[in-house]
Amino acid sequence: MKAAPFDYVLAQDMDEALSLIDQHGPEAKLIAGGQSLVPMMAMRLARPQWLVDINRLSELKQLDMHAKHVLIGAGVRQRDLEFNTQLYQHVPLLKHALSWVGHIQTRNRGTLGGSLVYADPSAELPLSALILNAKIHLQSKNAGAREVLAEDFFLGPMFTAIADNECLSAIEWPIWSGPHIGVAFEETAIRKGDFAMASAACQIQLDRSGVIKRVSFGLGGVDGTPRVFPHLATQMMGQKISDLSMQDIAQAAIQECDPSSDMHASSAYRKHLAQTLLCRATHQAAQMAQGHASTSPH
Amino acid sequence: MNNTLPLAMTVNGVHYEREVEPRTTLVDFLRDSLALTGTHVGCEHGVCGACSVLLNDEPVRSCCMFAIQADGMNITTVEGLSTQRGQMSTLQDAFCEKHALQCGYCTPGMLVSCHALLKDNPKPSPEEVREAISGNLCRCTGYQQIVDAVIYASTAHTAESDAKKASHHVN
Repeated sequence: MKAAPFDYVLAQDMDEALSLIDQHGPEAKLIAGGQSLVPMMAMRLARPQWLVDINRLSELKQLDMHAKHVLIGAGVRQRDLEFNTQLYQHVPLLKHALSWVGHIQTRNRGTLGGSLVYADPSAELPLSALILNAKIHLQSKNAGAREVLAEDFFLGPMFTAIADNECLSAIEWPIWSGPHIGVAFEETAIRKGDFAMASAACQIQLDRSGVIKRVSFGLGGVDGTPRVFPHLATQMMGQKISDLSMQDIAQAAIQECDPSSDMHASSAYRKHLAQTLLCRATHQAAQMAQGHASTSPH
Repeated sequence: MNNTLPLAMTVNGVHYEREVEPRTTLVDFLRDSLALTGTHVGCEHGVCGACSVLLNDEPVRSCCMFAIQADGMNITTVEGLSTQRGQMSTLQDAFCEKHALQCGYCTPGMLVSCHALLKDNPKPSPEEVREAISGNLCRCTGYQQIVDAVIYASTAHTAESDAKKASHHVN
């Protein structure tokens, strides 16, 4: 199918984009990479009367390294992040996640912010944002700027805390400092790059003797939003991974999830998959943490 | 609404200026306004990869952007992969040689994706080829011949023969 007619405006600056979405409310949509929105418009699941193109706004393209976080503009293309070695050193989980996001052709257009605002329950970048509890920067014409933590941002399938007149401008990714940090991202889909039947990711930091100092992990595709389990992660602190039953911890995690069934996978199969992937991701992250003194690229 | 907007872009080295309705996708514009029907429309929602083109030298899906968004940009379609008009590129010849197509529907997208791969990585491994075409569906070949063709195209043997063919053409 083809998209319904709309009026198109190529925004020249952030003020213009914010004014237009403020003026037209839900009748206007921002478009950046368009890798979710254009198919939704073609299927007429989205039918905006105004399309405000923010692709050429330099305000959305920054990538700034700070001591404790990396600030990335919402309009930075996924493919550009994938090859940024400095980013890999500081936020290695993002790099691992990106290799699973869509395909090369979609990553060349798709943006970091676009993936977060569309909030597909099986998408990799929202899961990564939750695992690191990234800070999401929103802007609107009248209320100015506000920041929302990832844990408060994702509310349901394709549903976030962003208002109709707001634009996601940047994402602040916390940097874990110190040695012995490991990450892993695991996923199963019908075809690599398609929507995940289930995914699991983990970031872990060990001390010199292999004891867990800090850990965060989560699951995608098995609930209305990606899910993290801070209470289970807390229980793992101060122990060695080899002394833990990851099967039991993963079992406890999936008990809290309610995956749907579809033609590709039943709910029970998704749970089984999520448990397996989470065990695998946790062990891989711990191995990486033990094998490397720092998080520099291999 | 329903108004058309002026659009200028370069496709395969040729500059075009047209009026376009904003809702026209890039692939429909290429096929219907410019009569460049080499690029195929498959699923129209970003799954099959048949509509892949190069946008400023990077492979993208031309069904997942509106033509007006490509204003001022440089597009290469399957018609523009060969530098010699009327001849096929090394990669296209390799597709013939290795039977990398049957019905041909996915072929323009496969060629564009693999062309972009070989530009960045002239000696890819079979795994890297599979990764590069993971966003292109083929329902005929089972992909093996496509992988074979890309590896074949990347060998020195075909590069040499292509150079010979090119010099012969000039003469």
